[in-house]
Amino acid sequence: MTDTHHRAPAVTERESAVKTMTMAGAINAGLRAAMERDPKVLLMGEDIGQLGGVFRVTDGLHKDFGGDRVMDTPLAESGIVGTAIGMAMRGYTSVIEIQFDGFIFPAFNQITTQLAKMHYRSGGRLTLPLVIRVPFAGGIGAVEHHSESIEALFAHTAGLRICSPATPQDAFDMIQQSIASPDPVMFLEPKARYWDKGDVDTDAVRTRLDAAAATADIGRARVARPGTDVTVIAYGPTVRTALQAADVASGEGTSVEVVDLRSVSPLDIPTVVRSAKRTGRVVVVHEAPTAHGVGAELAARIGEEAFFHLKAPVLRVGGFHTPYPAAKFEHDYLPSLDRVLDAVDRVMTH
Amino acid sequence: MEATGPLSDEGLVQLLDVDGTRVADPDWEPYAAHLTPDALRLAWRLMTITRAFDAEATSLQRQGELGLWVSCLGQEAAQIGSGTAVREPDYVFPSYREHGVALTRDIDLPQMLTLFRGLEHGSWDPVAHSFHLYTLVIGAHSLHATGYAMAMDRDGLVASGSPDKDGAVICYFGDGATSQGDVNEALVFASVNNAPIVFFVQNNQFAISEPTTRQSRVPLAQRADGFGIPRVRVDGNDVIAVHAVTQWALRHARAGQGPVLIEAFTYRMASHTTSDDATRYRTRADEEKWRQRDPIERLKKHLDALGELPQEFRDAVTAETKALGKRTRETVKSWERPALLTMFDHVYAEPHQQVESERAWFDRYQQSFLDEGSHA
Repeated sequence: MTDTHHRAPAVTERESAVKTMTMAGAINAGLRAAMERDPKVLLMGEDIGQLGGVFRVTDGLHKDFGGDRVMDTPLAESGIVGTAIGMAMRGYTSVIEIQFDGFIFPAFNQITTQLAKMHYRSGGRLTLPLVIRVPFAGGIGAVEHHSESIEALFAHTAGLRICSPATPQDAFDMIQQSIASPDPVMFLEPKARYWDKGDVDTDAVRTRLDAAAATADIGRARVARPGTDVTVIAYGPTVRTALQAADVASGEGTSVEVVDLRSVSPLDIPTVVRSAKRTGRVVVVHEAPTAHGVGAELAARIGEEAFFHLKAPVLRVGGFHTPYPAAKFEHDYLPSLDRVLDAVDRVMTH
Repeated sequence: MEATGPLSDEGLVQLLDVDGTRVADPDWEPYAAHLTPDALRLAWRLMTITRAFDAEATSLQRQGELGLWVSCLGQEAAQIGSGTAVREPDYVFPSYREHGVALTRDIDLPQMLTLFRGLEHGSWDPVAHSFHLYTLVIGAHSLHATGYAMAMDRDGLVASGSPDKDGAVICYFGDGATSQGDVNEALVFASVNNAPIVFFVQNNQFAISEPTTRQSRVPLAQRADGFGIPRVRVDGNDVIAVHAVTQWALRHARAGQGPVLIEAFTYRMASHTTSDDATRYRTRADEEKWRQRDPIERLKKHLDALGELPQEFRDAVTAETKALGKRTRETVKSWERPALLTMFDHVYAEPHQQVESERAWFDRYQQSFLDEGSHA
């Protein structure tokens, strides 16, 4: 950002492309841009046509691109992913909407045994550039199966890329980069953040949409806020909580660095380890249960690569080893600001 | 006791009876009329080669040269009859027992054994042969086939008004697969999208040990009715009838009239795989009954009666199968495992940090032994 102050004409041009958007609106705009760019990009899902999806993320696209490109499918998740695989074999890039996280499991077989492995088992002859969009995680007071954090279940499968945006800008850029990537990408949308607003520069991503650059970008973490005492690692819905924690901690004299992973597979270990070495204290925050999760993997990797820089054990703040509880419990189940601050205190006083 | 339900002879199309005598059927005759003695000799030759190769692969497994073999013994008519009805730009999605169909797609049969020798998961270029990789998760490929067919339709390869340019998909699966959710979803997607696809069910009467009566109370072809998909049930050991109904079905699909389901009623004469033991769940008498209906023998009787299978042709096919057997043995035994680090290849199309760091670590680990060796 500071660079732009020295380039006045560029600022004017760039500012003209900056718009305030919700995350849902940014994904919608990103989908539209990808569809305008490539006629072989299709959307598939349940209720994504005239209704615009249950979260309205595809609002208006059916009207503008027609039912052949914004396809309301039969109500069968395995069928959606499976037929999209077949269409990909003829060069179509389907962007699938799974209506809710908890409804993805009928497609678990197609995603893990077929989609993830086809490039490998064909010796690189077949590529399946699908994108599976999933409104995921909780915080909206929903009934059961509508608040699941599914990332660890899929991160264990080689062949998939898994990313999650935390800001409208990332949502706009990363959905287009996921579509440009030749690998299958699971694009996890933090549904509780759909209506968060932010500035979106709609021009910046255009130069980063070739396969290699797009793939690299969606796998790269970003330092969302620099700090020196504690690293808080988050992604998707918990980035906002981590930033709030950094604000509060700063008032108490603790400098928190927030790393927004953006990608769960691959994990950007170099960025994570650099930050861990700098601060010596790490807290990982995700909504998913901590047991066997992404935080556990990060703790192990940080232990392997930054052991002698650590001043405290890596702590995890996340869900419990229970089913996602009924809505009246979720405020306490989810990693709240208080629980993140508690973990920051514990690594500081270790 | 007469077989009933899914194992009955109900409604089977037959153009060649078990004695090799042509059966008159005016409905299906037009789709077999082009089968000249030359075409029938070709079918007999391809079926014979398939069987010889199958026997060779079984032997190689018994000798420890292959980890597993999945025999198609007894299903040669179902496979050659349907496979020879396929033409460009059709596309085939096999299950994992379609070695005869592979032969009709010009796949070099010995080459397909890399999968069964444990060298790789897919042995041929699916695009070059319009023949997808084998799929071992039962029925999973039926959805890929349906999606592929939907895309052919989008690409203008269906009902173009020029029948020679039109194409369709043919998707093979077995009686067990008809119980899978994916197959039922494929029938739904194909139906509502009017996809150009032929679902070809080889009912070989067994899903490993479970008879078809564990999958269905009615003949499997009837499943299609609820999806609004036309269906036909054919004697799967009658290569002429199989070819005729597949011709009809593919033309129907290519012309934009939508999906078709064919049930070819046949019998798996070998065990499920070389790891299986069919004597534990079926009788010798049952096997003997079906041996009397052998598809290759049936066509041979027919050609003999016509005087159209001269000795020199038989001798040439015998020489061909012997040469293929020798080449198969030599090829398989000549294969060595590819370089170890190739197991990290093609996990992703673009580099992935986790794979790359593990590959690099494993390379260093392997090199450390070589370094130790050089010190010694």
